[in-house]
Amino acid sequence: MSIKQLSVFVENKPGKLLEIVKTLAEAEINIRAMSIADTRDFGILRLIVSDIEKAKEILSDDCVVTVTEVIAVEMSDKAGALSNVLKAFGEAEINIEYMYAFTASTELGAYVVIRVDDNCAAEKVLAQEGIATLDVSAI
Amino acid sequence: MAQHYYQPEIETASREKILEIQNEKIVKQVRHVYDNVPYYRKLMEEKGVTPDDIKSVDDIKKLPFLTKADLRDAYPYGLLGTDLKKCVRIQSTSGTTGKRVVAFYTQEDIDIWEECCARAIVAAGGTNEDVCQVCYGYGLFTGGPGLNGGSHKVGCLTLPMSSGNTERQIQFMMDLGSTILCCTPSYAAYIGESLAEAGYKPEDNKLKAGIFGAEPWTEEMRRSIEKSLGIKAYDIYGLTETSGPGVSFECSEQTGMHINEDHFYAEIIDPDTGEVLPEGSKGELVFTSLDKEAFPLLRYRTRDICVLSRKKCSCGRTHVKMSKPMGRSDDMLIIRGVNVFPSQIETVLLNEGYTPNYQILVDRVNNSDTIDINVELTPEQFSDKVSETQAKEKALESAMRTMLGIGPKVHLVPPKSVVRSEGKAVRVIDKRKLHD
Repeated sequence: MSIKQLSVFVENKPGKLLEIVKTLAEAEINIRAMSIADTRDFGILRLIVSDIEKAKEILSDDCVVTVTEVIAVEMSDKAGALSNVLKAFGEAEINIEYMYAFTASTELGAYVVIRVDDNCAAEKVLAQEGIATLDVSAI
Repeated sequence: MAQHYYQPEIETASREKILEIQNEKIVKQVRHVYDNVPYYRKLMEEKGVTPDDIKSVDDIKKLPFLTKADLRDAYPYGLLGTDLKKCVRIQSTSGTTGKRVVAFYTQEDIDIWEECCARAIVAAGGTNEDVCQVCYGYGLFTGGPGLNGGSHKVGCLTLPMSSGNTERQIQFMMDLGSTILCCTPSYAAYIGESLAEAGYKPEDNKLKAGIFGAEPWTEEMRRSIEKSLGIKAYDIYGLTETSGPGVSFECSEQTGMHINEDHFYAEIIDPDTGEVLPEGSKGELVFTSLDKEAFPLLRYRTRDICVLSRKKCSCGRTHVKMSKPMGRSDDMLIIRGVNVFPSQIETVLLNEGYTPNYQILVDRVNNSDTIDINVELTPEQFSDKVSETQAKEKALESAMRTMLGIGPKVHLVPPKSVVRSEGKAVRVIDKRKLHD
C-alpha cells in the first residue's frame, strides 16, 4: 500500500526550514519521517506527517507543495534486510528515484520510504516477496 | 459594437483637418517657446533656426531635440514657459532614472490633459454610469491625478483609491461595484491574484475594463490579467514630461494606441543619427507638445522604441497609432554587448507557464557581465524530484538563451519572494553601477 508524502520547495537560506517546521508544530502536526534533497539554490523537503491534508493546506499559503505517493517498507533492523528489498526491485526492473531510512519503535525496528517510478509494480513485487508495507498510521 | 468618443469631432477628424490644426498650433507654439524659454531659444540659435523657419509640422524636423539630460540641466525652472503666477500645479517623475523631472501646468494644461484621459476612458467603454476605481498613485505621480481628472470629465463615479492597501481596494471594488480599474499592469495582476486568494472568481466582480499603463507590459500579461479579472485590458501611454497618461490610448481594436494628435506631434527617429524615419519604421519616439503653456517641450526624446501606423482603425478614430513600446533605453540592459529588454524575459516566462513575477540581477564578475533571473515557482511546475525541478530551470535557461541571445542563470524561488511593490515592480537590480 502506498502512502502520501508531502514535498515542500524550500529556499536554500538560513531559517527557511525552521519556518516550515514551526508552522507544522503550531498546527500540532507530527512529522513521522523526513528527508531533504538539496541543491545550491533550493531544497526539497519530503515529509510523512500525521495529517497530510491539514499540513498541505497550512503550508500552501506560503510555500509550493506537492503530494506524491511513496511506499514505506518495514524490515528488520539487521544487516542485509535492505538488500533483500532492493534485490526484488532490481530483478523486477523497478527504478528507485530516491529513498530515506528510519529506525522506529515498530516490531521489526526499521523502515525505508521509497519513491519508485511505478508504485503498482513495486507493491506487487513486495507482496510476492512477502515484504510488508506500511500505512501512515503504522509509522 | 457601437463606438463612443469623448470628443467625436476631433477624434474622428479627417487627416487634412488634423494637419490643419497641427500646423496652426506649431507656428504659435514655437514662437511661444522661443519668446519664453531662454534655454530652448539658445538651442535654436545654436542650430540656426528661428520661429520664422517653422511654417508647418513638416518643419519640426529643423528644431533641436530635448533629452532627459536637458531636463536635468534646466531643473527646476529652466524650461518653464509661463509666469509661475499662471501655473497651478506641478507633477513629478518617480526619479527612477536619475534626478526627478518637475513638470508645470496651467489650468488650461490640466484641462487638456484630463480631456485626453477622458478620451481613453470612453475608448475603454466608460460612460457616466461607470464606477471608476483609480489605484494609480496620487500625489506627484501623474497616474492618479490624470485618470482621476479624466474620470470626472466622463462623469464616472470616481474612487480615488491611490495605490496600495490591496485589502481595501478589493473591499471597495466588491462593495461599490467598480466597473473600470485604472492602475499599473503589475498591480492589476496583483489584485487579480489577491482576489483569487480571497476566494473570488473572475465573474464575481463587476469590472468590465481596465486602463493600465506607466510601465511596460506584454500581450501575454494582458491575456493573463484579462482572464484573472474577467475584463478587457486597455493600454494607456504618457509621460510626465509631456503631461502624463493619455498622450495615447488604446481603443477596442487593441492594436496600438491612438496618439492625441491635436495636442502632441509624434516622430520616429533613428536613435543614433537623430534622422526622422518614415512611417512604419522602428525607432525612438519623439514628442512635440503643440499647445502646452507651462511646460512646452519641443522634440522631446522619450527613449521609447516603437512604430507608428496610420492604418485605418475599425474604431473610427483617425489619429495615428503607436505600438506598445518595444523597449526603453533606460530599461534596456546591455549585457556582454547584447541589448536585453525585461519585456523579452517576461514573454518567455508567460509562454512557459510561469507568473510574470521575476527579478533580474545583473553584476560584473571578473570583468564579465553576469545575469541571474529569479523566477517564482508555481505548484504546477514543482516536482518532488530534484532532477525534474532542476530540469525546469534548465528548460527556462534554454528558452531565455533563445530569446535573448545570451545565457542567463535561472533560479526558481518560492512564490511571493520576488519583491513586489504595489506601484511599479522592481524588475532589475543592476549591481554593475555600484562598481563603476
